[in-house]
Amino acid sequence: MAFFFAQFLTGLANAAALFLVASGLSLIFGVTRIVNFAHGSFYMLGAFIGVVLMDLLPGHVGFWGAILLTGLAVGLIGAVVEMVVLRPIYRAPELFQLVATFGVILVIQDLALMIWGAEDRLGPRAPGLRGVWRIFDEPVPKYDIVLIAITPVILFALWYLIARTRLGVLVRAATQDREMVGALGVNQAWLFTGVFALGSALAGLGGALQLPKGGADLLMDFNIIGAVFVVVVIGGMGSLPGAFIASVLISVLNVFGVTYLPQSTLVLMYVVMAVVLIVRPYGLLGREEVAGEHGQVGAPETPIRPYGRKGMALVAVLLALLALLPVFAEPFVLTLVVDMVVFALFAASLHFILGSGGLVSFGHAAFFGGGAYAAALLVYHTGTPMELAFLFAPLAAGLLALGIGWFCIRLTGVYFAMLTLAFSQLVWSLAFQWRSVTRGDDGLVNIWPAEWLSGDIAYYYFALAFGIGGILVLRHVIHAPFGYALRAGRDSPRQAEATGIDVKRVQFAAFALAGAMAGLAGGIFVFSKGSVFPTELEIAKSFDALIVVFLGGVKTLAGGVVGASFMTVVEDWLVRLEYWRLLLGLVIIAVVIVMPEGIVGTLRTLWRRLRHSDEEAV
Amino acid sequence: MNLMRRTVLATAAALALTPATAFAQETIKVGEINHYKRLAAFAEPYRKGIELALSEINADGGVLGKDLEFIFRDDQGDPAEAVKIAEELMTRDGAVMFTGSILSNVGLALSSFANEKKYLYLAAEPLADTLVWTSGNPYTFRLRVSTWVQAAMLAEEAAKTDAIKYATIAPNYAYGTDAVEAFKTNLKMLKPEVEFVAEQWPALFKIDAGAEVQAIERAKPDAIYNVTFGTDLAKFVRQGTDRGLFEGRPVYGLLTGEPEYLEPLEDEAPEGWFVTGFPWYGFEDGTPGKTFVDAYEDFTGETPKIGSLVGYMTAQSIAAAITKAGATDTEALRMAFEGLEVEGTPIGTLHYREIDNQSTLGAWTGTTAVEDGKGVMVDWTYNDPAPYMPSDEEIMEMRPAE
Repeated sequence: MAFFFAQFLTGLANAAALFLVASGLSLIFGVTRIVNFAHGSFYMLGAFIGVVLMDLLPGHVGFWGAILLTGLAVGLIGAVVEMVVLRPIYRAPELFQLVATFGVILVIQDLALMIWGAEDRLGPRAPGLRGVWRIFDEPVPKYDIVLIAITPVILFALWYLIARTRLGVLVRAATQDREMVGALGVNQAWLFTGVFALGSALAGLGGALQLPKGGADLLMDFNIIGAVFVVVVIGGMGSLPGAFIASVLISVLNVFGVTYLPQSTLVLMYVVMAVVLIVRPYGLLGREEVAGEHGQVGAPETPIRPYGRKGMALVAVLLALLALLPVFAEPFVLTLVVDMVVFALFAASLHFILGSGGLVSFGHAAFFGGGAYAAALLVYHTGTPMELAFLFAPLAAGLLALGIGWFCIRLTGVYFAMLTLAFSQLVWSLAFQWRSVTRGDDGLVNIWPAEWLSGDIAYYYFALAFGIGGILVLRHVIHAPFGYALRAGRDSPRQAEATGIDVKRVQFAAFALAGAMAGLAGGIFVFSKGSVFPTELEIAKSFDALIVVFLGGVKTLAGGVVGASFMTVVEDWLVRLEYWRLLLGLVIIAVVIVMPEGIVGTLRTLWRRLRHSDEEAV
Repeated sequence: MNLMRRTVLATAAALALTPATAFAQETIKVGEINHYKRLAAFAEPYRKGIELALSEINADGGVLGKDLEFIFRDDQGDPAEAVKIAEELMTRDGAVMFTGSILSNVGLALSSFANEKKYLYLAAEPLADTLVWTSGNPYTFRLRVSTWVQAAMLAEEAAKTDAIKYATIAPNYAYGTDAVEAFKTNLKMLKPEVEFVAEQWPALFKIDAGAEVQAIERAKPDAIYNVTFGTDLAKFVRQGTDRGLFEGRPVYGLLTGEPEYLEPLEDEAPEGWFVTGFPWYGFEDGTPGKTFVDAYEDFTGETPKIGSLVGYMTAQSIAAAITKAGATDTEALRMAFEGLEVEGTPIGTLHYREIDNQSTLGAWTGTTAVEDGKGVMVDWTYNDPAPYMPSDEEIMEMRPAE
C-alpha cells in the first residue's frame, strides 16, 4: 500500500512539468487554432535559460526568481515569434501555420546549439530541497512534494484568469467566435499575441521547473512534444482542467507501467490515447469541434479541372526530360531524382486525402514505412524474389490503412489527426520492439533489387515508372466521380449525404487508397536504399510529408509533388552547410510568409494576375 | 497550378543538380558521414580527433605522397539520408572509402550499402555487434570495441562478488537489449546461480527516473547493471542517490566512465560504480596515451572524450591502410585492411582481425570516484579484448559466408 502511494506521488510530480507545457499548448490551440509544433522548443528554451539564470542568482530567492524570470523571458520570445512568423499567415488555410512552427523548431535548435553548446547541462538542485522525506517509510524526494503542491496552484490561477477576468472572457469568446470578437472592437492581433506569449511562458516555466529533476539538453524539444500532444488531446483541445486530468493520468499510468510492464515504456501513452479517443472522440473534457474550415478560409475554391492541352504538353515534356536524364546526368543526380520521386509519391498520397478529402493525417508514415517493411520482411525472412515482394508493399500498406481507417474515420479534425498519430506510433513500436521478426532498430538490411534492376539506370527507370505512375493514378482518381464524391464530403458533408453519397465510406476508401500509394512509395524506397529502419515509421516522417504538402499548397493538385521536389533539392543543398537547420528553418518561414497559399497556389495567383485568365487547370 | 512555372522550377532544379567540375586530384579524399547536429556532443570531439590525426599525418608528408583529406557530411541521424550521402561521396566526390556514424542503425545501413556497391566502409563508432558478426560483410570493418566485450568485462568483475540477484536497466532499443543480453550470458557462464529479478527498459532519453528507481528498489536486488547514458543516466543517478538505491549495492555501468557521460554529472557523479570508460586524466607521462592527450589538448584547447580517441584512431587506421595498399582502389584497400597493423596509436599497435574485420581496440575498466568536484575513474586498467571475444568457431557460425 505504501509503495502504491509512493508511486502515485512520483506520477503526480512528473505531471507538473507536463501539465504546464500542455496547458500552454491547449490555450494556444483553443484561441488561435494553431497546432504549435514549436511548443517543445519553448520548453527547451525554458530549461536552458533557467540553468543560466540559476547560476547567476544565488540562494532560495534566486532559484525561484530564476524560474519566474525564465517564464517571462520565454513568454517574450513567444510573443516575438507570434508577431514575426505567425501574424502574417492567420488567413492561410487551416493548419498551414504548423509548417511555420516547424521552421521555428529548426531555427531554435541551431540557435540553442550556437549559444549553449552541445553539452548536456545538469539542472541545479533546488536550495534546501535536497534529499527525501519518508512517507509511510517510502522515500519521496522533497522537490517532488513541492511540485505536487505547485501544480494545483497554477491550475487554479489559470482557471481564475480564464473564468473570472475580462481578459479571460475575451479569450473564451475568441475560441467560440473569432469574427464576432473582432466585430465588437477587440484588437484580435494583440489578443492572439498575448495568448501565444502566455502559452510559451507556461512552456518555459515547465522547462525551468523540471531542472532539479533533470537538466537542459538539445533533444528536449522533440522528446516532450509527443507526450504534450497526447495530454492535450486526451484532455480535450482547449480544456485546461482536461489537460490537468490527462497529464496526471498519463504520468501516473507511466509510473505503474514502468513497474508492471517495463517494456511498454515506448508506447503506453499512445495506447491510452487511442483507447480514450475511440471511447470519447473529443477527449475527456473536450467539446465537439466547431466544423473546421478545411481549405475554406479565404476565397472559395474554384472547381478543379483536368489539364488542358497546354498542360498535357508541358507534363509530357517534363516526363521526357526525366526519361532522358540518364543520358546526360551523372549517377548521383539519378539517386537524387529517385529520392525525389519516392518523396513526391508519398506526399501526393497524403495530399490526396488531405487536399481532396479534408482528412489531415499525422500518421501517414505508418503506410510508407509499413509498405517498406512489408517488402523487406518478405525478402529477409522468406527470400521472396524482389518483384513479388515489391508488389506486396502497396497491398500490405493498403490493408493496414483499412484496419487503421476503420477506427479513425469516425473522428474529424484534430482528433482524427491525433488518432492516426497514435496508430502510427503503435506500428512504429511494433517494428521497434518485435525484434525476433523486425530486428528492432537494427533494421532489415541487404534488401536490394533483383539482378536486372540493380544498375543505377535500370532502377531509375523502375522508380520513375512506378512513382510517376502512382502520382498519375491519384490524379486520375481525383478527376473521377469518386474524387468528386470525396470533395463533396469535404466541403459539405450534410449536402453530400443528402445527395446519396455515403461520406464516411468514400473517405474510408480514399484513406485505404492513400495508404496503398504511400506503401508503393515505401516499396520503391526500400529497394533503392537496401535497408529499412523504424525511423521510416517515426512521427518525424509523417510530419515531413505533412509539411511539404502545405508548403506546396493544399488547395492545388500538384502541391504535394512540387513541395516534395522543392524540399528534396533545398535540403540536399543546405545540409552541406554548417548551420543548415537554421537556414532551412528560415527558408521554410520565408516561403510560408511570402506564399501563404503554398508554392503552387501563390504561383498560380501570380500567373492569373499576369495573364488575366484562368489558364490554370488544377 | 501553373505549369509554365512548374517547368521552370523543375528545370532550375535540374540545373542546380549539375555537377561541379572535378578538380585535379591534389589530395586523397575520404568520406566521413556523421550526426554532427543531432548528436553534436559526441560527434564534435570525434571530428576534432580526426582533424588532429590529419594534421599530424599531413605534416609527415601525407599518404602516397599526397595529403589526406576528409569530407565531413551531416546525415541528420537518418539511415536513408546517410546512404544517399555515401552514394554521393562515391560517385561525385571521389572519396576512396568512407567512414563515420555513431548510431548503430546508420552504421548498419551504410554497411549494407558498402557490401552492395563494393565500396569500403570503416565503421568508426557504432556499437552494434551485428555489424561484424551476424550482418558482417567483407566491405565493412569496425574500430570501436564491441558491446559484447565490454559487457563481458563487467560480468567478469560482477562474478567475483557474492551478489546473486541482479536488476538491469537499459534504454529500450537494440543497443540496450544487446548490452543486457551480453551481460546476462557472460555472467551466467561464470556463475550459473545468478538470477535477474528486474529488467527495466526506459525509452531512450525519456526516462521516468523516479519510477524506474522505485521499480528496481522494489525487486530488492543485490547488484545493479546500468546501461543508461547521457541525460537518462543523469536523471537515474540523481533519483537513485536521493532515494538511496545505490547504498550497499555494487553497480556495474556500461560506458558510464566515458567522459561524454561522466563529465556533465560533475560532483554528482556516482561513486564506487565499476564501469567501462576512458580515464585519460590518469595516463602516465611517456605512454602513447599521454602523448595523444597532450597533443589533443594543445590542438583543441579541450580535454579529450572517448570520441576524440576513436576519431584519431580512425584517421590513423585509414592512413595506414592506404600506405599498406599502395593504391586507392577499393579492392586494394580492402585487402590492406584485412589483418592491418596500425603502429603508434594511443593504445600501441592496433590490429584488424581477419576473421571478423573487428579492430583489437580494448576497453578501460575502473571504479568511479569524485575528485575535485569531478567524476573520474580510479584503479583502472586497460583490458585487451581478445579473452572476452566469442571463439573463432562461434564467429564463423555467426558471420554470413563470404
